[in-house]
Amino acid sequence: MLRRLIAAVVGTSVAAAGAAALAASISGAGATFPAPVYAKWAELYSGATGAKLNYQPIGSGGGIKQIEAKTVDFGASDKPLKPDALAAAGLTQFPTVVGGVVPVVNLEGVQPGGIRMSGAVLADIYRGVRTYWDDPVIKAFNPGVKLPHERITVVHRSDGSGTTFLFTSYLSLEAPHWASGVGANDSVSWPAGVGGKGNDGVAAMVKQTPGAIGYVEYAYARQNHMTYALMRNREGRFVPPTAQNFAAAAAGAKWASAPGFYLLLLDEPGATSWPITGATFILMHVKQTNAQNGHDVLAFFDWAYKNGNPAAEQLDYVPLPEPVKALIRKSWLKITGPDGKPVYR
Amino acid sequence: MSSAAIPAPGVHPPGRTSPRGAAFDRLFEGLCFAAATALLASLGGVLISLAIGGWPAFAKFGFGFLTTSTWDPVQQVYGAAGPIVGTLITAAVALLIALPIAGGVAFFLVELCPSILRRPIGTAVELLAGIPSIVYGMWGLFVFAPFFSRSVELPLMDAAPAGSIWEKIVGGIPNGTGILSASIILAIMILPFIAATLRELLMSVPAQVRESAYGLGATMREVVMSVTLPYVRRGATGAVMLGLGRALGETMAVTFIIGNSHAFPKGIFDSGSTIASTIANEFTEATSPLHTASLIALGLVLFLITFTVLALARLMLRNQARL
Repeated sequence: MLRRLIAAVVGTSVAAAGAAALAASISGAGATFPAPVYAKWAELYSGATGAKLNYQPIGSGGGIKQIEAKTVDFGASDKPLKPDALAAAGLTQFPTVVGGVVPVVNLEGVQPGGIRMSGAVLADIYRGVRTYWDDPVIKAFNPGVKLPHERITVVHRSDGSGTTFLFTSYLSLEAPHWASGVGANDSVSWPAGVGGKGNDGVAAMVKQTPGAIGYVEYAYARQNHMTYALMRNREGRFVPPTAQNFAAAAAGAKWASAPGFYLLLLDEPGATSWPITGATFILMHVKQTNAQNGHDVLAFFDWAYKNGNPAAEQLDYVPLPEPVKALIRKSWLKITGPDGKPVYR
Repeated sequence: MSSAAIPAPGVHPPGRTSPRGAAFDRLFEGLCFAAATALLASLGGVLISLAIGGWPAFAKFGFGFLTTSTWDPVQQVYGAAGPIVGTLITAAVALLIALPIAGGVAFFLVELCPSILRRPIGTAVELLAGIPSIVYGMWGLFVFAPFFSRSVELPLMDAAPAGSIWEKIVGGIPNGTGILSASIILAIMILPFIAATLRELLMSVPAQVRESAYGLGATMREVVMSVTLPYVRRGATGAVMLGLGRALGETMAVTFIIGNSHAFPKGIFDSGSTIASTIANEFTEATSPLHTASLIALGLVLFLITFTVLALARLMLRNQARL
């Protein structure tokens, strides 16, 4: 009796293990910003093909560490790795979706889109140089807007984040003082202001502090109807943060001439391009130890490029332009298995 | 045979078979020993791995890691004085606020409370201890901070004469976050721990002792100060240290409300940071090895601070025991 029971138990567990191995599951870890869209894609993909994807949003830093240690099939990072860092780790990267950073303010009587900013002015405000809203330089951009004599409270992210990386990279690009004094990173030594944890922390502090300015992810600003600023882009036009304007920035970018897709979509050309735009990235090993795993990962993202746009747009992410996707598919050919052949065609 | 001494575990008189259960006794002994040593070993393991992980930071910055306050992930310069000072200040202020209130709650429950209220209030205190810290953080940021800004910070800042020392003390950004707000939230968080422990301690004071004091004509204040408090002194120190330990290591609630600046706080409403909040903020996205090492080194510093607090508590208890 007992023996039969043991046999039954062993039998079922072996069968379960076999089933788990059959439903090929791929694993990834990293950035939190794209986690909702990866989860949605995984759900749809599993419904369409039966294949499982397990994505752990542990942060970009963790994603890079885990893919370097090969504990996951792919890593994800909001901050692209520089080509030499990629080569040193034997990695390749490609973008998946585009997002943007939006400056938000709390000023009485100012509606969303009711105030205009440039990169240089933002940098001055965040350096603590321009401290009042009725500063002549801010006023010059905003004829007709009643700006109060009110102290500007600067709010920034306290946690390391891709949003901060994009924002500080933009300020570095626009203002030499920022580049030499503070620099660009996912967390920096802020010269002024208070730090809120996450997008919600920044948003709460901006909402609760009259005269505050902060920066949040586009999806967050949109869903919470925050008072965003219009930004001056490369063509000198003041544009609102919309999905179309992010797409314009992504379309205007020179992806083809960027080795390893190392590209921040900052101040890109295009009449309607939003100047603080950026993509989020997937990291994979160029030499896959298991060709099947590499194939499964790329099959997933190929499927997502083909079928994932509506889901991404629903979650306020901006899909990549089709020509960029074609470039990325071409770059996949250099990801090879142990036999030296591309894992996915 | 009945006069024979109780045999040592695992030893049995010669010529007799092993009593039933002796083998289990040995096993039990072994398991207990393993549990105790595993605890010690994992504690040591944590300490060693923190020291190894944080070594690059100590090697690079030396003692300056503890005494400088520049924390710049871009230039790769890390000095932890800001978070260390922030940790000590917030924990100490939280304890200062929480201790008298917790004492009041405990005395009320044990000495004064009508018996019909005793259960509900006691349960409420215990429930308060069970609220997850993230809830305190959210409440602190979304409810407490706006209230604190409107009703405390702004009036105080307006009232402070320009150029006076008061203006410096209450300086900062009046949005309800900062060192004092974090301390108050921490105080609310550690209050139930201290209050619940103190209540248990006070209830352990024998009724005869208290009643004889009353019988000698002592007032309630005298009974509390001269009889019950000295009686529970040792346990009370432990309760306070437990609260302090929680305040030192509290992470999420503090991260939400402290304002997260690595510099030294200049006033009570100024932004600051604690060791735990800095680690929570930056560890997930720390990509450079030195940044990670510095955060792990911060963890080691927190470990040592907590350890020192516990050691001091032990020392105080021992000194009191001698009195």
